Amino acid sequence: MSHPVRIALAGNPNSGKTSVFNAVTGAHQRVGNYPGVTVERKVGWRRHGDIELELVDLPGAYSLSAYSGEESIARDDLVDNPPDVVVCVVDASNLERNLYLAVQLLEVGLPVVIALNMVDVARSRGIDVDADALAARMSLPVVPTIGHRGRGVRELIDAAVTAANQHGANDAPPIPYGRGLDDGVEKLMTVLTDHNGDIAPPRRRWVALKLLERDPVVTERYARGQIAAQAERIIRTIEAIQSETPALAFAAARYNFISRVCSRVTQITNVRRRTKTERIDALVTHRVLGLPIFLALMFGVFQLTFALGDPMMNWIDAAFAWLGNGISSWWPHDPSSPLRSLLVDGIIGGAGSVLIFLPDILLLFLAISLLEGSGYMARAAFIMDRLMQRIGLHGKSFIPMLIGFGCSVPAIMATRTLDNRRDRLATMLVIPLISCSARLPIYLLIIPAFFPHAWQAPMLWFIYIIGIALAIVSARLLSVTVLRTTTSTFLMELPPYKMPTLRHALIEMWGRGSVFLRKVGTLILGATIVMWALTSFPRPDDGRGALRAAGAVRPASSARQIEYSAAGRVGRAMEPVIRPMGFDWKIGTALIGAIAAKEVFVAQLGVIYSIDGADDSSEGLRAHLRHDYGPLVAFCIMLFALISSPCMSTVAVMRRESNSWRWAMFQYGGLTFIAYLITMIVFQVGTRLIPLIAGV
Amino acid sequence: MEAIPGKNLRGQDAPLTLGDLRPGARARVTAVHGRSEVAQRIAELGVTPGVVIEVERIAPLGNPIQIRVRGYNLALRLNEARQIGVALV
Repeated sequence: MSHPVRIALAGNPNSGKTSVFNAVTGAHQRVGNYPGVTVERKVGWRRHGDIELELVDLPGAYSLSAYSGEESIARDDLVDNPPDVVVCVVDASNLERNLYLAVQLLEVGLPVVIALNMVDVARSRGIDVDADALAARMSLPVVPTIGHRGRGVRELIDAAVTAANQHGANDAPPIPYGRGLDDGVEKLMTVLTDHNGDIAPPRRRWVALKLLERDPVVTERYARGQIAAQAERIIRTIEAIQSETPALAFAAARYNFISRVCSRVTQITNVRRRTKTERIDALVTHRVLGLPIFLALMFGVFQLTFALGDPMMNWIDAAFAWLGNGISSWWPHDPSSPLRSLLVDGIIGGAGSVLIFLPDILLLFLAISLLEGSGYMARAAFIMDRLMQRIGLHGKSFIPMLIGFGCSVPAIMATRTLDNRRDRLATMLVIPLISCSARLPIYLLIIPAFFPHAWQAPMLWFIYIIGIALAIVSARLLSVTVLRTTTSTFLMELPPYKMPTLRHALIEMWGRGSVFLRKVGTLILGATIVMWALTSFPRPDDGRGALRAAGAVRPASSARQIEYSAAGRVGRAMEPVIRPMGFDWKIGTALIGAIAAKEVFVAQLGVIYSIDGADDSSEGLRAHLRHDYGPLVAFCIMLFALISSPCMSTVAVMRRESNSWRWAMFQYGGLTFIAYLITMIVFQVGTRLIPLIAGV
Repeated sequence: MEAIPGKNLRGQDAPLTLGDLRPGARARVTAVHGRSEVAQRIAELGVTPGVVIEVERIAPLGNPIQIRVRGYNLALRLNEARQIGVALV
């Protein structure tokens, strides 16, 4: 009988760990979460002879230290539920920094196998690593691999399984830390043995080290009585001798060891000439040219998205119209049938007005994924950091905000790259202010209805810029009020450029896009059905019901139907509240639908004005709007839609990613309040100011 | 000239830090100051006493800076760079 061998996969970000994981597990993988946090837990399987392998892909990390942030849960899981063996994926062209993690893994007392990955890249840079020499000096197996080509995978698994079976017999000896440090560790280990029987012998060294480094999790768990006192004494001694904290001293000692090893196993066979990465960076992060190039690239991304997306939008539009007409024709004699109304106005109208934007959104996400894959996004964060910091955010906030132009939901999820909780919260809170694609139907309905042709494009730009400006102001406001403390810093590797793989970019694009689709499929569909019900019932009973059913009298107009319905009554009831913004009950009713998802707003207006299958190109609806409202109110509608409460999906993901209802509610309430305030001010000032100006 | 040492409160030349260096400068790290989590993160990324680093560039808006250390490129803010003592080589 053979029990499954549990292998953990560790490595730096950008070390090619994912490729190795994929090469080993193929399609047999599943993604989940560590309990209670948003850190991903990827597990995979593979059969190796008659042995079952279970692989856990740990989050990419530079060290095993428990910094504030959610990743420490992965480390704790590794230490508390140890695998049979750890495979540390190491980037051969970046050996010293990558070996740091390997050394720390050895300290935990686990068997370690090194996958010397990206040897092809290293060779092309003139870096030659002697795998056997490295194995000898570190006393552990080293297997050269090329993850993205699947080379060396079989040998790697063999080595891992062997190491798992030999655990205890052939473990690597502890590395020497040098004067004062080794003594301190030994002394504390003795104290641990005497005073705490819970710690397994292989783990004692690890616990001792972490106590001396003042690791928060280990200290909380083990520092009591004698142990705490001794640890404190030894820490003071080390600080006196080394004139730096043990944490820094141990880090330095590890790197000294690594440095000695690397100098003996690595050969640099060419004098460093300007690499491609350096030449590109010289241009892209140039003191003067860097910013214009960045702006041009961003502009290009959006232009491409709309240029390629618009024709596709029209196809989808036409397809949905055809579908709507087709289904309508199933009821040739009873145009007021509730079922028909549900299918055509509700589902096809509602879902259709959302899916129209799918091409735009997917193209935007594809462009972002390609830029990320190439390595450019790290430079974008590098360039934007100063600006972002000024407004209370972080360089890494940039990409999530970019994604926010497509849909807030994947944008909020993308803030996981921010390791400082405060920065991450601030970014998540202001993302909904960036005009996501859900609000486009509203703008595209209203702008052509109220503004002359020459003003239309600038008007759309204006709305977007207001959103961005508000995001900036809000971020700044948050940083001086509710989210004041900021101990964050910008500490980021600028990886070498590489050609992004289309396949990988498409997978990422789909990952983000499918989140949007899921929202459509569940929330918008659900909301549309609910709103349809709320606006269809109760039906007006003016005594002519029987006559109508017999077809003798024309069906009650939809407008009267709406007024009578549940949603209409709520709209009427809230009219006094929204009057200061210039809104009437019809807009109020439509806004109720928009609570679930902004996209529903247009469909609702269409139903209210009794135009079937309303979409943004419906001239009839526009005529109605022009009849009832003026340009100022129209502008206020757009303003309110821009700022006001995010859709339910956003609230849900906000709660999940921030791990609290408090922040999600704060965001919801805050945005609604700001929307109300600003729209009211604009309307009130506008109604007074415009006659004055026009009069002159 | 690659560096402009500042002066401390007593009017003496303050020790040289990474934050004082200009692009193109090569220096050896002498110490990483600070007890915070940030100092530890910087050290664990390879910036430890004795290592030679090279300043690659300053970002277009003046912050952060990019250095080359142990064979890779690391970006960090001037605030942190001023906590790293260096000696020109």
